[in-house]
Amino acid sequence: MSEIFGIPTQALFGQLLIGLINGSFYALLSLGLAVIFGMLNIINFAHGAQYMMGAFCAYFLLSKLGLGYWWALLLAPVIVGATGIVIERLMLARLYQLDHLYGLLLTFGLALVIQGLFRNEFGSSGLPYNIPKGLEGGRNLGFMFLPNYRAWVVVASLVVCLATWFVIEKTRLGAYLRAATENPALVQAFGINVPRMITLTYGFGVGLAALAGVMAAPIYQVNPLMGADLIIVVFAVVVIGGMGSIMGSIVTGFALGVIEGLTKVFYPEASNTVIFIIMAIVLLVRPQGLFGQR
Amino acid sequence: MRFQKRTLMAAAVALAAGTAQAQVSDGVVRIGVMNDQSGTYADLAGPGSVVAARMAVEDFGAAKKGMKVEILVADHQNKPDIGSNIARQWYDVDKVDVIVDVPTSSVVLAVNEVTRQKNKALIVSTGATSDLTGKACSPNAIHWTYDTWSLANGTANAVVKTGGNTWFFLTADYAFGHALERDTEAVVLKNGGKVLGKVRHPFPSSDFSSFLLQAQASKAKVIGLANAGADTTNAIKQGAEFGITSGGQQFAGLLVFLTDVHALGLDKAQGLLLTEAFYWDLNDQTRAWSKRFAQGHKGAMPTMVQAGVYSAVLHYLKSVEALKSDDGPKVIAKMKEMPTDDPIFGKGMVRQDGRKIHPMYLFEVKKPSESKGAWDYYKVRATVPADQAFRPLKDGNCPLVK
Repeated sequence: MSEIFGIPTQALFGQLLIGLINGSFYALLSLGLAVIFGMLNIINFAHGAQYMMGAFCAYFLLSKLGLGYWWALLLAPVIVGATGIVIERLMLARLYQLDHLYGLLLTFGLALVIQGLFRNEFGSSGLPYNIPKGLEGGRNLGFMFLPNYRAWVVVASLVVCLATWFVIEKTRLGAYLRAATENPALVQAFGINVPRMITLTYGFGVGLAALAGVMAAPIYQVNPLMGADLIIVVFAVVVIGGMGSIMGSIVTGFALGVIEGLTKVFYPEASNTVIFIIMAIVLLVRPQGLFGQR
Repeated sequence: MRFQKRTLMAAAVALAAGTAQAQVSDGVVRIGVMNDQSGTYADLAGPGSVVAARMAVEDFGAAKKGMKVEILVADHQNKPDIGSNIARQWYDVDKVDVIVDVPTSSVVLAVNEVTRQKNKALIVSTGATSDLTGKACSPNAIHWTYDTWSLANGTANAVVKTGGNTWFFLTADYAFGHALERDTEAVVLKNGGKVLGKVRHPFPSSDFSSFLLQAQASKAKVIGLANAGADTTNAIKQGAEFGITSGGQQFAGLLVFLTDVHALGLDKAQGLLLTEAFYWDLNDQTRAWSKRFAQGHKGAMPTMVQAGVYSAVLHYLKSVEALKSDDGPKVIAKMKEMPTDDPIFGKGMVRQDGRKIHPMYLFEVKKPSESKGAWDYYKVRATVPADQAFRPLKDGNCPLVK
């Protein structure tokens, strides 16, 4: 069997695929962040907490109402997105005139409060959530055993990411949105309700986080801390990709998943730091991020 | 972001402790429960350990005996630097006499050094490293409930003897994981087994798929999980997904707590072999005590380390009473001199190197069909008698043992 750096090529393919799977979570989450930052200029630190709420929402739908995974995939983003809309209307809308820092502090505080409440109620060891019927098991690809559920996660996340990119960059609605961030007064003058559009955009970004949460529930434990662990990495992904760049966050999300996956083979001890090393290098060489414009 | 959050919380804890302890009188025994109140180890020790410590003070009858006992609580967030800072603050400013519980071996070793410098007392229940009664042993410390050697001795012995003779380790990359891996590897090799490979994963990790794939490729019969808490449950859950068990490989959870089994659910955890010092459903006394505990802890049954905190605090208070002093090393010496006796661990003793001695149990996790409901999870596979449950005194290289 041929080898690369002492690792059999077959094993390497497996690890690349795993990296892609993890990358799809990074991509989904950083996409939501990029949409919110690009359109609202708010750095949404509550994103991790909203991802966690998505997973909890799936758990409650199943345990209290008997609604399974597919329903959760549909309902959780709507429910959590609605809480996002309430937050935007009641709090964030008052901060648009101020410095980025205020939005960051507010959402950071919200994240701590939300996580604290969930932890107080449900403890820290997590709640079980099973893989949906129909996606259990897996197939042997020759070089690795690929669980069906993980394959589904990659495909679903790719579709969602590309659809979002398409809507924002290629449709009339997206054009309105982008125009509204550039010059809200002018767009409003054309008869478009800008504040409502901004509110819905935030709701959509939060819904994306919740969707990622539902997709994560069968893989990880449904845990109040699940978002706090992930959000720091996702922020690094957004910074590397370039704040606010939609395509940038998708591509870097997948790419960094792969890089992290390879680190887990060659030097596992560094696998939780490698992304931050890359972030530091990118910030030194290209401070606006790989895909950033400004 | 995490750094900010932690410093803020540490400041809050420090403030809370500081104001509560403004007036200091020497007539008070102050017990500091230091553990992870909010992170991955919060359910298995955390607030439950505080409940257990309070029960011990109550059952000792401190109020009736006219002894004033106070309990302080702090969150060390699994960080050695935060842990040693809290310990210094407690010993120097808040007049704490003994620190108990302390999960996370890296924090344990740090707090152990501070305790030695300040000449106070430390009783560890949740921290696991067997170095605490080995090369790091101290006249100021006792290791109460279990250690990495006893886990390896229980679980690994049983697994190797039933044919699991080739191993691959998934090890949490810090003092605890390293100690558990080392002690388990020794047992595997001693029984004629082989170690085919190991991966050191960052602590804490949430995604284990890459490591599991490496374990799968090694073709080892047994995948030894030298980690704990959410790391263990995530590895087992994802292992089922990647067909580890259906592919003929077997997990050995080297440190699995009752709360982990509860979080996994029996369908994922069934058949798992694990070693613990205590289970609530062992006998009438453990059942009665655990029922009381659960009433004070949102209905959750105690883990072995929470039970250990109860047993340790009770013995500590008895020794303080006998000695009529709360001087750190003197109480520790008295605790070693007096035999231990409590309703949940039964009779035992504390050895010269600081090791508390009692039987350990090898449990098997029940099938869902065997369980009568929530928390009915274990059946006893074997009892390791007290004289075989822990590392022999002479093998530990503890400087206190001549």
